[in-house]
Amino acid sequence: MSEEIKKLIIEYVKKEYLEEEDEQDVDENTPLISSGIVDSFSMVSLKMFLEKKFDIKIPDEKATTEAFDSVNNIMAILKEFNVS
Amino acid sequence: MAYSNKAKDFYKDELNGMHKAGTFKEERFIESPQAANISVEYPVGSAAKEVLNFCANNYLGLSSHPEVVKAAHEGLDSRGYGMSSVRFICGTQDIHDELEKKLSEFLGTEATVLFASCMDANAGVFDVVLGKEDAMISDRLVHASIVDGMRLCKAQLYNYKHSNMDHLEEKLKETQDCRFRMIITDGVFSMDGDIAKLDKIVELGKKYDALVMVDDSHATGFMGKHGRGTHEHCGVLGEIDIITTTLGKALGGASGGCVSGPREIVDLCRQRARPYLFSNTVPPVIITAANKVIDLISKTTDRRDKLEENTKYFREKITAAGFDIKEGVHPIVPIMLYNAKLAQDMALDMYREGIYVIGFSFPVVAKGQARIRVQISAGHEKEHLDKAIAAFTKVGEKYKILGKSKKEIIEMYGY
Repeated sequence: MSEEIKKLIIEYVKKEYLEEEDEQDVDENTPLISSGIVDSFSMVSLKMFLEKKFDIKIPDEKATTEAFDSVNNIMAILKEFNVS
Repeated sequence: MAYSNKAKDFYKDELNGMHKAGTFKEERFIESPQAANISVEYPVGSAAKEVLNFCANNYLGLSSHPEVVKAAHEGLDSRGYGMSSVRFICGTQDIHDELEKKLSEFLGTEATVLFASCMDANAGVFDVVLGKEDAMISDRLVHASIVDGMRLCKAQLYNYKHSNMDHLEEKLKETQDCRFRMIITDGVFSMDGDIAKLDKIVELGKKYDALVMVDDSHATGFMGKHGRGTHEHCGVLGEIDIITTTLGKALGGASGGCVSGPREIVDLCRQRARPYLFSNTVPPVIITAANKVIDLISKTTDRRDKLEENTKYFREKITAAGFDIKEGVHPIVPIMLYNAKLAQDMALDMYREGIYVIGFSFPVVAKGQARIRVQISAGHEKEHLDKAIAAFTKVGEKYKILGKSKKEIIEMYGY
């Protein structure tokens, strides 16, 4: 199940943030924010996607740039909401 | 004083971190009026050096124009120095009303309200117009002041890939249930000098019943045939719901900004926009000078025409010299270098050659997108442009990047 969730998030990140001409690939360890793929302003789409998809509400204090910096980090947040 | 060593060390470390990361912004002292030719003290304490300025937002060359300076003097003599008040207590003079009316006429809108800056206009407008049942759908590369303004507003925040109309349409479909939607964009994006696809945005706004808001700070006064802005350039004059813009760039370059649009929205800003309510009135000298600027650019398009010619000339020559630039028509000309250190080093060499330009790198632009941003002005003469091109060519030869592609520059210097 968690592999499927990871895949789902990776697919979302690629579709939402990468341009067609981008050569960059994304896996579960790829830095998202610190690499500049997702900037802190655009992170809101990712947060909203997770909240809608898994029917959760991630409080702002948990939605830090560090917590969203890779798919694996995001999985750790989801675990707290028993999504795995 | 509770400013302990602990606090002092903490802030010092923050600053040291910036120095180490190369993100510390140093200020250079200019010892002359703002113009194409300026006198700069850099490093601090050294003798002033005469350089040509290619990094100001002085697009129309009006910052120190004699008629504008004269109008400022007249404002000082006839209406005084400061108003010691916000607008709604005792800070509105007849000249403020005159400027707001002139701006509306120039921009092609119903009404206008002045703010202390366009940063303030952007910080205030969203919270006035939208509530939690609404959605803001913004381009991802909008100016920081818009990002801050949206953060102060309770409406839901969506953003779309830069200038990607398919992605914008997806977001418009996603937000069909909201009460009001607003598409939010810069008219011209400040780092690349690229122009928003306002014709398509207006079309999508109509199709999905969404308001369109444009920050036209890098366009008002010179984009479009009469210089009215990006909406004129894109053929959608009169079809943008809300325009915010600045007096701090082409329109004399002092300070002040505005929200311009439907009367109800402008009136609500006067009642509820917090940066408007709690900031002092824009001082009389700026208002009388800005009134003169609008008169000058309404009477003739000579200055915006010269800017257009200068831009075309510089873009053609710098491309022919072998530089990799972002293509376009705007006086912002990004010379792409990709590597942050290369951009900084070349900017410093340019300064030594008597040309003042600035290198930009992450986090101001995306990683691997470092560049020198050149800004052309109507205040530049052909010989200024030629001198800058010659200096760029000399410095470009030193770093062996002339005629090199993006791939080749990155192979030589890395990201």
